[in-house]
Amino acid sequence: MLSTGGLPAAILAKPGKEQAVSGVRVLVGTRKGAFVLTSDAKRGRWEVSGPHFAGWEIYHLKGSPADPKRLYASQSTGWFGQLIQRSSDGGKTWEPVGNEFVYEGVPGTHQWYDGTPHPWEFARVWHLEPSLTDPDTVYAGVEDAALFRSTDGGKTWQELPGLRGHGSGPSWQPGAGGMCLHTILLDPTDPNRIFIAISAAGAFRSDDAGKTWRPINRGLRSEQIPNPTAEVGHCVHRIAMHRSRPKVLFMQKHWDVMRSDDAGESWREVSGNLPSDFGFPIEVHAHEPDTLYVVPIKSDSEHYPPDGKLRVYRSRTGGNEWEALTKGLPQRDCYVNVLRDATAVDSLDPCGVYFGTTGGQVYASADAGDSWAPIVRDLPAVLSVEVQTLP
Amino acid sequence: MIRVVLPAHLRTLAHVTGEVQLDLPGRATQRTVLDALEGRYPMLRGTIRDHLTKQRRAFVRFFACGEDLSHALPDTPLPDSVATGAEPFVVLGAMAGG
Repeated sequence: MLSTGGLPAAILAKPGKEQAVSGVRVLVGTRKGAFVLTSDAKRGRWEVSGPHFAGWEIYHLKGSPADPKRLYASQSTGWFGQLIQRSSDGGKTWEPVGNEFVYEGVPGTHQWYDGTPHPWEFARVWHLEPSLTDPDTVYAGVEDAALFRSTDGGKTWQELPGLRGHGSGPSWQPGAGGMCLHTILLDPTDPNRIFIAISAAGAFRSDDAGKTWRPINRGLRSEQIPNPTAEVGHCVHRIAMHRSRPKVLFMQKHWDVMRSDDAGESWREVSGNLPSDFGFPIEVHAHEPDTLYVVPIKSDSEHYPPDGKLRVYRSRTGGNEWEALTKGLPQRDCYVNVLRDATAVDSLDPCGVYFGTTGGQVYASADAGDSWAPIVRDLPAVLSVEVQTLP
Repeated sequence: MIRVVLPAHLRTLAHVTGEVQLDLPGRATQRTVLDALEGRYPMLRGTIRDHLTKQRRAFVRFFACGEDLSHALPDTPLPDSVATGAEPFVVLGAMAGG
């Protein structure tokens, strides 16, 4: 029997089968504001609220698993910098909280695009990951890559400096989108274990609650770096896990879809029959640990779907064997992208799957991907999508 | 009394409409005006100048009396007409972005 480790039951339960569900809330971050999309559990009719923080870039917003009314949002612009917004009523009202992200100690340098040393400079928060158990604890993945944590509801932020300081930091280089820490996975069975991913450094793991870190990139191969199998330097786009099996990780790398069965100690490719193994997001079905979703993109220089057809690919075998999901998605003249944080699943049964595009569409499937329909079509470019299944 | 004009995004953030009026105990400089502004509206901290270095953000400009004061040293006295409230101290976003 799986131990919950003191986690709220909602995190590990399958609400559609065992709990009453009042509805679904989809949190959408865009280039020009945030939008909140709500529906009842049937997921057929949607209400659209927004733009919140109109005109600002909302890289990410996410709800606390421990208190679904508690939301955090990363709000920024090139003019006025970074803000963090917090809601305690499910997004009806917001308050700005702390926005001071200061690297611990002497920041040091990483490599710049031309290979020269470049001082670590804070640019923005890419990803906010609320604690599984405490609504006031939230992690922030930032550019230039570092991990911060707040334990007071976002009022103050402290870096977990062991990540940048573990040794390879000075050799990290930015990807085309900047040197961002974009993925934070908290192990629901072990509060000391955290996985993160950085473009273009790779994946890292801590087994002591973020104090110390080490790279977990063995098995990755990137022809775009001098040593294709180097310990760091890989452009990992996203990693995902199923809450019931946290040692099994799935990765969408710059090129290649990868799988690890040993918490990142080793990786193997599971791209299989995908039309392209380049892409950004990767997602796991809420109730089927071996059911995965990716959105193939033509190439690293052509960020749109192959053949102008927007296709989500699903594997029900943990990778290698993939099927195209096309019903309800445009199958001609479609040249949007789906960014790394712009897919999500709900925990209803059947599992709902959601993604947003750089063309401003948010698509939803209430049948695990078999069929799709747009919730909304004409938002600003979508940067992130998260879903809350509401009690 | 100092009059400060904020850009729309920062007025929204600070929940103000129109100009902000500040009473300064001493000499009016960029630093004392921004200190007073951030003291009254803490949510503006970090949006106009850096938390630690207090350097103006790259795409923020300070105008007054038809002049660009953005590159003036922060402790330089502001023009008398700003210090007396005859003219506003204008904070604005530079023409950039989309």
